[in-house]
Formats: sequence, C-alpha cells, structure tokens
Amino acid sequence: MGTLTEVIFSHKLGRAVAQGETVVVDVDRVMSHDTTTPLAIQAFRKLTNGGRVFDSQRSHIVFDHIVPAATIAAATLHRDVRAFAQEQDIGILQEGICHQVMPERGYVTPGDIIVGADSHTCTYGALGAFATGMGSTDIGVAYATGRAWFLIPPTINIHMTGRLPSGVYTKDVTFEMVRKVGVDGANYRAIEYTGELVEQMSVSERFTICNMAIEMGGKAGLVAPDATTRAWLRGRIDREYPMLAPSDPHYERVVEIDASELSPLIACPPDVNNVVPVEEVEQVKIDQVFLGTCTNGRLDDLAIAANIMRGKTLHPQTRMVVVPASREVYLEAMRLGYLETFIQAGASVGTPGCGPCIGRHYGVLAPGERALTTMNRNFTGRMGDPTAEIYLGSPATAAATALSGRITDPRNFL
Amino acid sequence: MGRIWMLGDNVNTDVIIPGRYNVTTDRTQLARYCLCEVLPEFAQQVRVGDVVIAGHNFGCGSSREHAPAALQACGVQVVIARSFARIFYRNAVNIGLPVLVCEEVVAASADGQDIELDLAIGVIHNVTTGQAFQAEPLNPFVARIVAAGGIIEYIRQEGALR
Repeated sequence: MGTLTEVIFSHKLGRAVAQGETVVVDVDRVMSHDTTTPLAIQAFRKLTNGGRVFDSQRSHIVFDHIVPAATIAAATLHRDVRAFAQEQDIGILQEGICHQVMPERGYVTPGDIIVGADSHTCTYGALGAFATGMGSTDIGVAYATGRAWFLIPPTINIHMTGRLPSGVYTKDVTFEMVRKVGVDGANYRAIEYTGELVEQMSVSERFTICNMAIEMGGKAGLVAPDATTRAWLRGRIDREYPMLAPSDPHYERVVEIDASELSPLIACPPDVNNVVPVEEVEQVKIDQVFLGTCTNGRLDDLAIAANIMRGKTLHPQTRMVVVPASREVYLEAMRLGYLETFIQAGASVGTPGCGPCIGRHYGVLAPGERALTTMNRNFTGRMGDPTAEIYLGSPATAAATALSGRITDPRNFL
Repeated sequence: MGRIWMLGDNVNTDVIIPGRYNVTTDRTQLARYCLCEVLPEFAQQVRVGDVVIAGHNFGCGSSREHAPAALQACGVQVVIARSFARIFYRNAVNIGLPVLVCEEVVAASADGQDIELDLAIGVIHNVTTGQAFQAEPLNPFVARIVAAGGIIEYIRQEGALR
C-alpha cells in the first residue's frame, strides 16, 4: 500500500513502511563518477581501513565528467580512481554519462534502490526504481557497507495529460513543471509522474522528466513500470524483477500539467524556474549551442535536432557542440547519419560524457557569452566564466537556434 | 564568537565551489575558491568561527561534497538557513559541518554582525543586536550523526550503520 516510494521500501524491508520513517536499507547498486569518487574513496578508507567494497559487481564507477582527462589534475584523479577500482575489482565504465550507461548496461530494474554520487541519479526512476543522489561520504559508506539511511519522503504527484503540440517536446513539459513547482518545491520529496502523457512517453522521455526532478529539489522522480518499461529492458537484463506500482497512494499534492496548452519554453539564467515562452527571448544572440547531457543527449533528442538541421549550416556567428549521451547512442546516431548532419552543419561532435555541461573541459564560455543548451541547469558560472549566461531549451529549440544565431522558435523550422 | 556572512536564496553548489575548481580533494584548494562567484572577498577575509546565514534552499544543485567541504575548510563554524537542499544537508551532516534551520535569525541578521551559538541546544545569539533565537530541532537520526561528529564516526561508535 502507498506511494511507489513506500511500496518499494516496504518490498525491500518486508514490512509496511510509511513516509516520515527513517530506515536503513541494503541498496541494490552504488554508483559514483570521476569527480565524486575521490572523496568517496577517502570516506571508504577512513571507515574500512583497507577493507573491501560490499560487492564489486554492484559497485559502479563511471568516468564521464572529464573524459578524456583535460588537465593534469583531472588525469591524476583518474589515475588514483583507476588504482582503487583495480584494487577493489570494480570495472570502470568509460562509455558515456553515468545516468545513461547504468540503465543501458541493465544495472537498473524496477523496484531497485540505487544510490549514486551525482544529483541526477534520480533519472533511474524512469524505470520504476527508487534512485537518489547523495554526496561522496554517503557513497563511500554505501561502498563499504552496502547500506544507506533514508527518511521516507512524502510524494508529490505530477499528473501529465494532453498531447504535445507540434514543436513542443518533453523538455518543454519539464520547464512548465519546474515553473509550477519551483526550484525547491519538491525538496525532501519524491515525485511520481502519472497520466496519459507519461503512459505514452518513451523510456527516453521518462528519463528526461525524472532527470529534472532534482531541479525542483526532488529526492527521486518515479514512473511506475509498464509494458514500455518491459520492452526497453528486454535484451538488457535477464533476471526477474517485481513490477511494483503505487497502491492507494496518499499524495501530499497533485500538480496538473496539460501538455496541449504548452508552447516551446526557455529557462533563462540563472535559475531553472525562470521560464518564459520562446517568443519573449527570440532576439537574444547566442554564441554557443550545446546539444547533449543526461537530460537530452539520447538518440531521439539527436534525431529531433538532426531533422531540423539536415542540409543546413550553423549561423556564422554561432558554434555548436553535440555530445551523445553514450557510446550506444553515438554508434546509432552515426549509423543513422545524425552525426554526419551535425558535422556537415559545422558542429563539433564530442566524446560521450557530460561534455561542456559542467565547464571543466571543452566548450567553455568566455566572459559575457551566451549559450543555449539542452542541459538541466543554467546556474551562474556552470559552463565557464561567471558573466556568461546559459539559456535552457529543447533539442528542437537548440537546433533552430544554432541555425539562426539567436534564440529561435523551433516551429519556424517544422 | 564569529562574524556573520549573509547570502540569499537558492545558493547552489556551483556557486559555493565552481566545477572548474573542484577537480581536487585538497581542502585548502577548495577553500581558496569558496563562493568566489558571489563573494570574491569571502575566501580571503573569512575567519575560523565565522557563520554563513542564507535564505531558502541553500546548497541546491549538484551533489558535490566539495561544497560543504570548502565551507568547512574556510573555517565556517555553522551554516544557518531558512531551508537547505536535501543533498547538501546530508553532506554537511556527514562530514561534521553543523547546519541549522532557523527562519527568524535570517530576517534579523546582517553582514558583519557578531554571533555566538550553543550547538548542543540549537540556541543562536546575535551578539551585536542582543537577540537570541532557537533553531528547529534535528531529526533524531540526524541528531545522532551530528553528536558523533559525522557519519563515519557514528558508524564506528555503533559498529554498523543501523
């Protein structure tokens, strides 16, 4: 009985668990990446004093934040993490963004409880898992013990209905939800996405809405597993999993979103709830467009942008970086000709990973420059100089903007 | 006694320690760039025992533990806010950086004022104005971690995470 979060924790603990309880549970998987692992190793060593991780097969380290290493400092951290991984018999994955690679590899199944040292770990809720981001010390403890403590959160239900109008995409729906809920409206809360729009979404689109849960402060974002989930998991995993679903849930609040009323939206700097219709910012000149990330770097995102850009070239005053979310996405986008479209248009195509999203290696912004990106955050200084500005949009808006050199309504290109 | 540093709402972890400066585990390095985007003088002028007071949703965004670690390495004694983002709050508690929620003290404080705290009972004393405030009580489980000085110390005392 209860919300999907309560049902998952009750299933795990073998007793009824309700919001407000503090519990310690055995987690199914633990994940960290190249930037958060070094501090997790410190915590792990402090706690275990030369011990072993709880289970090397369920411990995952993904190199995605600075790949390939851009500086000696980054290379040194990578070297130290590799040594730790080898010592602990953990395989390092360097084939894309952790939140894309973990599900692709079949490490996420419905009903799982997963902790990761990255705030966007909430993405995995798209497959009906309870997954949440934590800091390095929590993750070091989880590597050592296989356990974590949780305050079972209340749940907000975001109920999505209607059909997406032409030129409006799932990313636009997420801006509307952040606008409505606010950047901390879901703090300490889980979010469960329901409604006919969610039922019709692909798993990739569900990753996008669950990824953005943290931009409302959400602890987790979940979609109950269904036939779409099963179809996506087929071929990726061969073990049984429970199709857990909410049962007579008590939601703290229900937020209704009717997609048919939406138009293309932009989240203006420096907060994600600073949302306006694209028309209001159409004259803003853009120096760099970035298509990629754990929010919008998947095959369908690249397809949307490639279909707009096919046979065209970038605006001469605008540059563009495209980074597929994973090797799997990269290869498929190459096979389907999307990468060729981007390259012919004049874009740079980068190594699967986080790319310019965090301003640590290529694609950084100069003072006063403006970017339009498909990222999840538009925070001050995130992509480079603190006076640079980041506008967020859908992959279609990114493509249209790359061609025009100014923020552009994608409906002009459809 | 420490001095107050005031910050606003939604101070995110990119602002507390930018991504381009957190490619390290060296806490002195983290301290050097702490809050450099919004308070360039902070890292130079902050003194051991100073207190950061902020509005809503302090520490939102990235899960980087480098953020509370940077504040701690600067000598910040405690962060007080109207509310904290969840991951930052956990991280601070885990590494032994005290965090208190108190609406009233935020409205009644200003930069540079002197402040004293009794962390054990959550009493905040603005020495400059003479006002005293009571912080919200901690979740009992969190209180045990705080009392131990962090989660590693807590697990060592308990013998396990339970």
